[in-house]
Amino acid sequence: MTALTTKELVRLVIDGNPMAVGRAISILADRRAGALELLGELYRYEIKGKVIGITGAPGAGKSTLVDSLIKAYRAQGRRVGVVAVDPSSPFTGGAILGDRLRMQRHATDPDVFVRSLASRGELGGLGPATAEAARVLGLAGFDPVLIETVGVGQAEIEVMGVADLVLLLVVPGNGDEVQCLKAGIMEIGDLFVVNKADRDGADRLMGEIESLLRLAGRGDEVSARIRRTVATTGDGVTELIDGLDALYCAYESDGNLARRRRSHQARQIKAHLVRELTLRFFDFDEKTQFLSRAVDSLSAGEGDPVTLGRAIIDEFVRWSQGEEDGAKSETHA
Amino acid sequence: MRRIRILIAKPGLDGHDRGAKFVARALRDAGAEVIYTGIRQSPKAIAHAAVQEDVDFVGLSCLSGAHNRLFPEVIELLKEMGAGHMVVFGGGIIPHKDWPFLESAGISRIFGPGATVDEMVGMITKMAPDGSRLQPPAE
Amino acid sequence: MRPSRTKWETGTLKKAHDGVAERESEFKTPSGLPIDRIYTPDENSCPDYEEKLGYPGEFPFTRGVQPTMYRGRWWTMRQYAGFGDAAESNRRYRYLLDQGQTGLSIAFDLPTQVGLDSDDPMSAGEVGKVGVAVDTLADFEILFDQIPLERVTTSMTCNSTAMVLLAMYVALARKRGIHPTVLRGTIQNDILKEYVARGTYIFPPKPSMRLIVDTFAWCSDNIPNWNTISISGYHLREAGCTAVQEVAFTLADGIAYVEAAIAAGLDVDTFGRRLAFFFDVHNNFLEEIAKFRAARRMWANIMRHRFGAKDPRSWMLRFHSQTAGSSLTAQQPDNNAVRVAIQTLAAVLGGTQSLHTNSRDEALGLPTEDSVRLALRTQQIVAYESGVGDTIDPLGGSWVIESLTDQIEVEAVKLIENVDKIGGMVAAIENGYVQKQIQDSAYSAQIAVDRGQMKIVGMNCFVASDEPEIPIQEIDPRTEERQVSSLAELKKTRDSSVVAQALKDVRAAAEGSANLFDPVLRAVTVYATMGEICGVLRDVFGEYREEVVL
Repeated sequence: MTALTTKELVRLVIDGNPMAVGRAISILADRRAGALELLGELYRYEIKGKVIGITGAPGAGKSTLVDSLIKAYRAQGRRVGVVAVDPSSPFTGGAILGDRLRMQRHATDPDVFVRSLASRGELGGLGPATAEAARVLGLAGFDPVLIETVGVGQAEIEVMGVADLVLLLVVPGNGDEVQCLKAGIMEIGDLFVVNKADRDGADRLMGEIESLLRLAGRGDEVSARIRRTVATTGDGVTELIDGLDALYCAYESDGNLARRRRSHQARQIKAHLVRELTLRFFDFDEKTQFLSRAVDSLSAGEGDPVTLGRAIIDEFVRWSQGEEDGAKSETHA
Repeated sequence: MRRIRILIAKPGLDGHDRGAKFVARALRDAGAEVIYTGIRQSPKAIAHAAVQEDVDFVGLSCLSGAHNRLFPEVIELLKEMGAGHMVVFGGGIIPHKDWPFLESAGISRIFGPGATVDEMVGMITKMAPDGSRLQPPAE
Repeated sequence: MRPSRTKWETGTLKKAHDGVAERESEFKTPSGLPIDRIYTPDENSCPDYEEKLGYPGEFPFTRGVQPTMYRGRWWTMRQYAGFGDAAESNRRYRYLLDQGQTGLSIAFDLPTQVGLDSDDPMSAGEVGKVGVAVDTLADFEILFDQIPLERVTTSMTCNSTAMVLLAMYVALARKRGIHPTVLRGTIQNDILKEYVARGTYIFPPKPSMRLIVDTFAWCSDNIPNWNTISISGYHLREAGCTAVQEVAFTLADGIAYVEAAIAAGLDVDTFGRRLAFFFDVHNNFLEEIAKFRAARRMWANIMRHRFGAKDPRSWMLRFHSQTAGSSLTAQQPDNNAVRVAIQTLAAVLGGTQSLHTNSRDEALGLPTEDSVRLALRTQQIVAYESGVGDTIDPLGGSWVIESLTDQIEVEAVKLIENVDKIGGMVAAIENGYVQKQIQDSAYSAQIAVDRGQMKIVGMNCFVASDEPEIPIQEIDPRTEERQVSSLAELKKTRDSSVVAQALKDVRAAAEGSANLFDPVLRAVTVYATMGEICGVLRDVFGEYREEVVL
């Protein structure tokens, strides 16, 4: 695997070679040698398959639903990829990636690929690794690719930046009645799924979601956007798939999909931009120690964070310019 | 410098997962990214999971005595799938007299009863692939 | 003397004496001092004695479930055994019976426990390893060869496949012309702990409970002396929980089973007195004795007040116990014999009805004949030489024992209340509460051992530099091969159309609500295999899949 060129690796990924797919995801996730080249190569291909984000609070049954979805998609002859994200420990940096356990029965099916990723400190739980892993799976011919998020913090928002469709899972009796009212939730989900729908309160929860949609002036979308499932039995899952397919088709024709993908791309560039800038800044600061000196000033009672911060940025810009000039003169020399 | 990824699996029908779960948790606390497959896994399911997850290490736990049959099978399958580089270690109830056989089949290390987390972490540190570490320095 | 004591002696105790004479007409210590049947506080002290302690054989049974306990009859010395094929296991059973064991305890291999035949791909490497391989009634015929079913009590450790194996036992008895009503024994049949600690589940909780309740009902009507369930705490404890959690979750499991049976229309007093329990006996001597006493008192209250059972026999927590496997070390294995002796004493002082003692080499593998004999001798020495069985509940009244008994009860009741709040054990298992409780305890305990804070002699302290190789029991490597070929042979000789019909009937019953026992009994009688019968049930009921990680 290490002796392959990037182009050879990508060829194997397209062929669906599992070792190659797994390795490609790792190279990108770890930013190993050759990662940028691989990324460039991946972007030469148009990925047609759909990416579906699955989000919801812990205990909503995301993994079980994904497992059920895999079974139902397979029954339709479709190849399914899964990226399952779990949080890294803030203390040790390690992680238990436990979603796979609930989907292990598909492990020997060559038309299913499950990859677990740790959030690795990303605030929203989804770093660039998630989108890139989804792209690799898309290239390998998996359609749909399901992304299962961490389910806490900003994950619901983050997944919007990666998925074509977002499925928001809620459960009766989980306090989700209140969750639904959380600002912005209605904007995040494309499809709202009440799981564990055999429980008390399921009807009421569906009713609440319906009301919220109506309040937002989207009353005509109710039948397209709400589903109920019992993931443990598979009840309602086929209807859910139909709902997802229908919505995707609608988005394709009304331009929603194109808009979304454009916004993903913007988001991705922005994210890398910020990352890159940050790395360069810390490179600068390591050499110049401006940040540390600013902290000393502030501790000594001199200056304020805003003014100090601005001064550092001015220094950074000057320094970057100097670096660039230096590099130019080097190439001339 | 990247993190180490480890698959912990229970091949065969043995359902005693206390040890496997303990190891998974301990290795997470040592900084690894650990994927646990659950009990009742066929060697094929374990190999496929290891490949999809592109792990560095595979830990197999078996307390039923089926290790001589099942552990080498996992290793063979890994080799077939191009994952022969993965370091495979074992634990559970594995009599000493079986250790040479398993080692010749490709098991890098067997952790007997009384083995400590430190010993396991030591092995992983020693055998970690280039560029990886249990606790890589923060970016 | 307390008036209540006189009442007990002239009532419950006298009735017991009409049934079983005590071992001696009078009991004395070696120096001639008399040993009383039971020691009680004098009438002016301990005002809550009757309410909290009472008398053996009477509510709340804190001091014991039988009025004469070991003065009348020793606990059953029942060593778990089984490995390889039926013929090998049969030899071991006959050896143990010859050596003085008083009941059989059958260990089945993993394929048998999870409803797979020896030739199933997932059975590879597992056949005959942790117990005997049983594919059909033919294996049972060999397993119990020359063993008089009408005279031994047989305990079978099977859970998801309990109905099938009990059906085989009944079918065998019938073939031998033995009337089912004389059969005595136990099936473990406790599926809830499988999901949480042992892992030999097959079907999801609901259909599993149905199988259990069907078995209760069939046995009530047909083998009334059979213990239909052994509600187990042993495995939860081995999975790493504490003594308090062991009591709480075991009794909570019991509550779930009683509720399921009542919901199915069974009368609580009919099946209630056939419920049995199975506990661990761990290292902390005082805590373990107190644990058993607390469990008895709690269950008596649960059955009487929570479920309204009227028959005092339904209030009795009868239990089998096993010395803790997890306390054994591979290092310096002889130390294990000492551990087991102390644990045996704790079980006896705790009032166990039946006991399995581990062999010293069990941390290494299945026990050899010599080690098994020593384990059995341990029980016999405690029984015949130590004198602790000559008085009932000898540690009753000890300040530490009564305090621990009370505390364990208080804490365990709290945990049961938590489980109730979640909606019962099935719900608590589905949402991971029980697993998390156990795993957290297990994790802290292991870390403590790892760091040397929890001392284990020979392992993390007083370590020996040289460890001699201890011989361990070998499983014949050709067992799997032999079993697979005899299964193939049997399939050729049996009447396949009769088998097919029998399996169809099992399916029909499973899809409906009729009691499954009779169709399963018919199927095993015509030599349908374990895998075939469970295959049908898997098809109808689905398979349980593990949900909770860490």
